[in-house]
Amino acid sequence: MSAEPKTVALFVTCLVDLFRPSVGFAAVKLLEDAGCRVVVPAAQTCCGQPAYNSGDRGDAIAIARQVIEAFAGFTYVVAPSGSCAGMIRHHYPALFAGDDEMKSRADDLASRTHELTSFLTDVLGVNAVAAQFDGTATYHDACSGLRELSVKDQPRRLLASVAGLDLVPLPNAETCCGFGGTFCVKYPEISTDIVSRKTADIVATGAGTLLAGDLGCLMNMAGRLQREGHDVKVRHVAEVLAGMADGPAIGEPA
Amino acid sequence: MNFQPLDFKANARKAMADPNLREALSRVQTNFSGRRAEAVARLPEFDQLRHDARAIKDHVLAHLDVYLERFEQKVVEAGGHVHWCRTPREARETILSLCRKVEAKTCTKGKSMIAEEIALNPFLAANGVQPIETDLGEYIIQLADEPPSHIIGPAVHKTKAQISDLFHEHHAKLGRTQRITDEQGLVNEAREILRQKYFDADVGITGANLLVAETGSSVIVTNEGNGDLTQTLPKMHIVIASLEKVVPTLEDACTILRVLARSATGQEFSVYTTFSTGPRRPDDVDGPGEYHVVLLDNGRSAMVGTVLGELLRCIRCGACMNHCPVYQSVGGHAYGWVYPGPIGAALDPHFIGIEAGQHLPQASTFCGRCEEVCPMQIPLPAIMRHWREQSFSARVTPPLQRYAIRLWAMAARRPALYRLGARLAMGALALAGRGRGRFARLPLAGGWTAGRDLPAPAGRTFQDQWRGARE
Repeated sequence: MSAEPKTVALFVTCLVDLFRPSVGFAAVKLLEDAGCRVVVPAAQTCCGQPAYNSGDRGDAIAIARQVIEAFAGFTYVVAPSGSCAGMIRHHYPALFAGDDEMKSRADDLASRTHELTSFLTDVLGVNAVAAQFDGTATYHDACSGLRELSVKDQPRRLLASVAGLDLVPLPNAETCCGFGGTFCVKYPEISTDIVSRKTADIVATGAGTLLAGDLGCLMNMAGRLQREGHDVKVRHVAEVLAGMADGPAIGEPA
Repeated sequence: MNFQPLDFKANARKAMADPNLREALSRVQTNFSGRRAEAVARLPEFDQLRHDARAIKDHVLAHLDVYLERFEQKVVEAGGHVHWCRTPREARETILSLCRKVEAKTCTKGKSMIAEEIALNPFLAANGVQPIETDLGEYIIQLADEPPSHIIGPAVHKTKAQISDLFHEHHAKLGRTQRITDEQGLVNEAREILRQKYFDADVGITGANLLVAETGSSVIVTNEGNGDLTQTLPKMHIVIASLEKVVPTLEDACTILRVLARSATGQEFSVYTTFSTGPRRPDDVDGPGEYHVVLLDNGRSAMVGTVLGELLRCIRCGACMNHCPVYQSVGGHAYGWVYPGPIGAALDPHFIGIEAGQHLPQASTFCGRCEEVCPMQIPLPAIMRHWREQSFSARVTPPLQRYAIRLWAMAARRPALYRLGARLAMGALALAGRGRGRFARLPLAGGWTAGRDLPAPAGRTFQDQWRGARE
C-alpha cells in the first residue's frame, strides 16, 4: 500500500441515505480496506435523476450544479450505485451543453466519478475481498451500471473471492427489473408485471440471496418477492463484499 | 378495435389481462430476441457493420436532397415516376388517382408501415378499391380487422388457436369448411386463397425497405415471397416509402440489409430480397406496366438537424420492441398508434403531438436495452427524455406529477433542510414499519404498494449516523 492514502468522496445516493445506511457503511469499509480515506460531503442529497427523467430539466441542472460544487476538488468520487454514477458520468455533461464553464466542470466531475465495484477493481486493482458468506446467491445486472458504465464482470470477480459463497447465474440477468425510478409509481401495473418475470427467474435459480448494485432495483425486487411470499433475501452487493451481511436483509424486520 | 394513445394505461391494463396476448408475446423473446443474439454472436464484426450502416444513414441524412433527386432521376430514366407527397392526405390521394387510372377494383399489398401511417387501406376501400394484404401476418389482421401490433410481425399478438378460429370463420364462406389447426396447414390455406387474388389485382402496392439512388431501385425484403407476386403480376406497381429510406448505392443497400435481417429475425439475410427498377421492359418476361414511387415526407424533412433527426436512421427492424420490457408486458396495440415499442414512444409524438402521445415516452423504464440493440444506434431513451421535457415545460405532464417533482426538488436543492426533513421522515417511517420491516400498504405510496411491499427504512439516515460518529 502506498504511503499516501487516496481520498475518496462518497456519494451516498439518496436511497442508501434514507432507506439502507448499511450499504453506505459497507461501501466505506470496502474503500477503507482498500487503503482509501473516505469523506462524505455534507451538501449532497440526490443526483437529480428523478427530475431529469421527469423532464424537469431546470431542477436537474440546479441539483447537478450543487453536486458538482459539493464534490469539487476530490480525486475520486464513488457511489454504491451504477444509476447515480451513470447520471453523473453521462448525463451531467449533457445538461450543460452550451455552457462552456459548467460543461468543463461537469466533464471533470464525470471523469472522477465511479461506481463502487468498478472503482475497487478497475481503479484500485482489488481482485479479492476478505469476506465470508455462507450460502447461494444470484446476481442481477442493474441496467444503468451495465449499459452506461459496463459494470458486469467487476462485482462477479469480487464475489468470487468471498469465502463460502456459491454464486449461481441468473437467467435474463441483463433484463430490466421494472423499477425505472418514477416509472414504478407512474405505471405500477406494468412495473409489477415486469418485476414478476424477474422474480420468476430469481426463484428458478434456487438461490437463497439476490444481490445487485442498485438499491432502487433491489427494493423493487425485494418488495415483489416478499409480496409473492418467496423467502429470498435481498441485499446490496456491497454488504456481502464488506462482510456486513449479518443484519436484516432488505424489507426484513430487525 | 380502436385503441387511442391517450388511453395507454387502460389499453395496457386490458392487454395484461388477456391470456392469449400473454401467450403470444412470450414467443417474441424466443423467436426474435433469442435469434438475434445468436446471429450477432455468429458475426464477430457485427459492431463494425453496425457502425458502417449508421455512417451510411448519417451521410444520407446530411445530403438528403441530393440523393432524393438522384433517385428520382434514375427512376425516370428507367421509365418510372416519383410522386412527392408532403402529407398523408396527398399520398393517399396520389395512390387513389393512380389506382383509378387503371380502373382498379382490387389491389394486392405487401407489408408497409407507411401505408399504416397514412391509413391507406380504409381510404382505398371507402373509394371502391379493395386492398388485399398478402403478407401472412397482415392477411391475418386484415381478417381480424385489427392494426398491426409489431412492425415486422403484425400479427405477433395472435396465438395459433386464434388464427385457426379466424381462418375457419372467414374461409368457410369460400367453401373451406374444415378447421385447420397446424401451422403449415394454415400457411398453405392462406397461400391458396391469395393465389388467384394476385392474378386478379390491377395494382400491387408495396413498401420499401430501401430506395437506391444509384439505380433508382426500390428494395423489399420478405420471407414469404408475397412481395414479388404483389409487385410483378399487376398492371401497376406502386411503391409507398418515406423519404429517409434512400441510400446512395447498391453496396450501401447491402450493408444495411446485413444488419437489418440479423437485428430483425436473426437471419443472415431475408429469404427474399427484391430489387425493382422501373416498369417491365420490352424483353422482360414479367413485371408491371407502370412503376410509381410515392415519396412521403409527413414532417420528416423538418426533423433533420433536430434532436429527432436521429430517428430517421431507423430501418424498422423491430429489435427495440423485441427487447423492451414494457412492450413485452403490454404488446403493441396498447401504444395506440402506428409505431409501437421504443421507436414508437420516440417517434409517435412527432406525428400525433405530445398531448395525445404523452404516455408513450413516459412509459419506459429507461433500461437502455433498445439503444443497446438498435442497429442504427438511435439514442431512444434520450429522445423519450426530450419528449418528457417538452411535456413538462408545456404542462402536459399531469399537475400532481409536476408538483411532486418540484416539491421534492425544492428539498433536494437545500441540503441542510433536506437532511433535517429526511431524519424526521425516515425516523417516523422506521417507527411505523418496525416489527415487520416493510409495508404492505402506506398512504401516498399506493403506486408502489399495489404490487409489492415497501421496505421500511432502517431509521437513522446514513448522513445522520455518519455525522454523529465521525464528526
